[in-house]
Amino acid sequence: MKMKHLITGALGAAVLSTTAFGAAHEAQGRDGNANIIYWQAASILNPYLSGGTKDVDASSMILEPLAGYDENGNMVTKLVDEIPTVGNGGVSADLTTITWKLSEGLLWSDGSAVTSADVVFTANYCMDETGGCQQLIKFGGVESVVAVDDLTVLITFDGPKPFPYGPFVGSTTPVLQAAQFANCMGAAAPTCTEQNFGPIGTGPFIVTEFRANDTITLAANENYRDPSKPAFATITFKGGGSADAAARSVLETGEFDYAWNLQLAPEILADMEAKGLGTLHSAFGPLVERLMINLTNPSADLGDERSTVAHPHPFMTDIAVRQALSMAVDRPLLVEIGYGKAGKVTCNVLPSPAIYDSPNNAGCEVQDIAGANALLDSAGWEMGSDGVRAKDGVRLSILYQTSTNAVRQDFQALIKQWWSEIGVETELKNIDAAVFFGGDQSSPDTFQKLFADLEMYANNFDGTDPEAYMGSWACSEIPSPENAWLGQNMPRFCDPAYDALLAEMGGTADIEERARLAIAMNDMLMQTYTIIPLVHRGNVVASANTLEGVLLNVWDTDLWNIADWSRSE
Amino acid sequence: MSSTIEQDQAQNRSLWGDVWSQFRTHRGALIGMVVFGIILFGVTFGPFIWTKDPFFLDIRAKNTNAMTSCFFTGSQIWQCFSDPTSIKYFDPNAEVLDRLKVSWSFPLGTDQIGRDILAQLMQGGRVSVAVGMTAMLLSLIVGTLIGVLAGYFRRVDGLLMRFTDLFLALPILPLLLVIIMLFRDTLRNAFGPETGIFLLIVFIIGMTSWMQTARIVRGDVLALKEREFILAANSIGTPARRVIGRHIMPNILSPIMVSATLGIATAIITESSLSFLGLGFPSDFPTWGRLLFDGTSYIGQSPARVIWPGLAISLTVLSVNFIGDGLRDALDPRIRGR
Repeated sequence: MKMKHLITGALGAAVLSTTAFGAAHEAQGRDGNANIIYWQAASILNPYLSGGTKDVDASSMILEPLAGYDENGNMVTKLVDEIPTVGNGGVSADLTTITWKLSEGLLWSDGSAVTSADVVFTANYCMDETGGCQQLIKFGGVESVVAVDDLTVLITFDGPKPFPYGPFVGSTTPVLQAAQFANCMGAAAPTCTEQNFGPIGTGPFIVTEFRANDTITLAANENYRDPSKPAFATITFKGGGSADAAARSVLETGEFDYAWNLQLAPEILADMEAKGLGTLHSAFGPLVERLMINLTNPSADLGDERSTVAHPHPFMTDIAVRQALSMAVDRPLLVEIGYGKAGKVTCNVLPSPAIYDSPNNAGCEVQDIAGANALLDSAGWEMGSDGVRAKDGVRLSILYQTSTNAVRQDFQALIKQWWSEIGVETELKNIDAAVFFGGDQSSPDTFQKLFADLEMYANNFDGTDPEAYMGSWACSEIPSPENAWLGQNMPRFCDPAYDALLAEMGGTADIEERARLAIAMNDMLMQTYTIIPLVHRGNVVASANTLEGVLLNVWDTDLWNIADWSRSE
Repeated sequence: MSSTIEQDQAQNRSLWGDVWSQFRTHRGALIGMVVFGIILFGVTFGPFIWTKDPFFLDIRAKNTNAMTSCFFTGSQIWQCFSDPTSIKYFDPNAEVLDRLKVSWSFPLGTDQIGRDILAQLMQGGRVSVAVGMTAMLLSLIVGTLIGVLAGYFRRVDGLLMRFTDLFLALPILPLLLVIIMLFRDTLRNAFGPETGIFLLIVFIIGMTSWMQTARIVRGDVLALKEREFILAANSIGTPARRVIGRHIMPNILSPIMVSATLGIATAIITESSLSFLGLGFPSDFPTWGRLLFDGTSYIGQSPARVIWPGLAISLTVLSVNFIGDGLRDALDPRIRGR
């Protein structure tokens, strides 16, 4: 946090000074080209059809929501002049409606006017049941979205919605142009290649060339609402490669100006930064590296029913096993090896914002091999002659999968060694990140399918409200062949008490009470050891020293303020 | 030279004796054989001498430098070699950059989580060399079989050669990726993760590298088939399998041996590139390619981590190529003795 504030303060001052002095004189596109590298390439520019951060980030340069979040988690306006609240009458007193009023004179990049019809269209586009919208959870509880007049949109919820800023707040739910996407409703959505690869937006940039899974070329949007922005005339958004190569290209060779998500060993990053070409930024959001335990049987013998709730896992359903796995992990050492200053030990899957951080799970930071062994002994898992525990012929043999990434492979090796000390045999598997997170229905290696006993990755949520995030572990969110393996409930955790807490949170407005419920849900997941948190990760990015205006934002996309980026002299 | 020939003539001469005496004159091939022998010995018996467990994580010893970094310590060089632990830091004020962490317990250093590089290198060599040898044998058998059949039996020639063309046209790396994705799980369940992947990789490399052997063998068989001694054998009613076994095989030994040696090199490189891409064996299972891949991130901190596995791959491939070169000269009766 401290580092983030320092950076925020310094850069904030820089931005203020340039914009305040520049607005009157400076024209759009004065700073030429900027190169951005995302080592996972964007494959689509429509966030409604992709859950991937890379796609959401890339499209956020073109498409904008009504409002977003700034680097401190405060809401900022984008296409509206004012955030609706109960105080200013934008949110009704019974919390069932929210009224957004678009700014006047807004234009799409093709020159046509932005109207409330576009917002209504976008809502219908995502809420179409046949469309496979990835951001549907953001529209949870929305009963209707109607245009009151040309600039006013009224969203009605099916009950009191204490946090009505789900739809159209944050870059995952931007406004699409109705005219462009009119023929892309429902099942036709994924087939609209031209629209999905080159959406018309209100953002600071427009797409000039889109090569899927490779490079996107963008140019400044002449119809952008602030004529002096963006400072860059063109952006080259390169995708692919590795985190290592991306960091080097900014910090050591200076080919690129900005590199995203640098999950690299701390000593490597420190050495690179010492070259003096660029700067590292880190900030802590709700990102947690965690182990997701599969409570269902992933055995290949089950064919189409593997990793579905029809078949419980042979030994992961025993809480003693899960607890022992958690106890054997030395979290401070993981932080030291993998993240250094960009990581903190956490015992919660929801460690941030601070009011949601549960105080009830402390103690996980101490590794307890002896305790884990004793626990397994008392649960009847007996050590075999090969050093692997077994009970009733079931051996504690685990397939542990994650994405291909140097730090993750180090974690795997370390954790494997600790687990071998408590009599658990571990086989490691790593899958290319593009496949693992790709969500391809035909691949057996996606993180939703989880054809393994447990998997490791990191996840977070945008915005500051954890309701949708905690909703990931409701019974209805279990990925299965029936729902085309969508949903984020990787452990296949299903507890009516959890769903009840979630429903209660949906009807509660008081922030203290919401925090209590979120903590209760977090504790339920932690104390059943369904999810084993490892490291509270800071987001780490690198920017060239000549690039000004970068404000690392953990609540919205990295590129949330790209309109304000500029080149220093 | 002449004295050698006379000596040989004085004794009973055998084919392999002749080959050896010719082979000895090829200096590159001799050096290659010595180097390859050392590598084979190292990876086979090394782990019995250097008994450190390549899978054990000694986390306190992480990022130890190789002893070779002592050469860059200037005046402290002797002290560094005699008592490496005494030189931990050049400059206590510098934070990360000037740290020198060396120890005789880890002559080639350790990786970022404290695994011994020397032990890993030997363990990785076992896998890499085993993959190379087995894949070579497989491709040799398939290639020779198809080549001889195509060359000797006219009826199957067209069919078999088009089949060979088909395989030649397949792009190997994408094919490997697809096959690994499709069959990894099945084989893993049947044979366990390491053996399963080993079989898969050996099979794939073998199945995608027999084509050159087949073509060369076919060409030689076609030429041999028209020679008088084959004609003579045919005319006294020798069955085809005898002609092939007794008369053709010994005469095509030269190209087969050469493609065998080259095959080892190709197979090691293919396995390395697969591991380098992060595919193939599990991430904690060392092979030379995997060590190289893991080392690239740390190339700035400790270049030794890339140099050692890289050197092992290059030396093996180079020495095997030289041996192949020497064998070709030695096995060719027209060159032999000149």
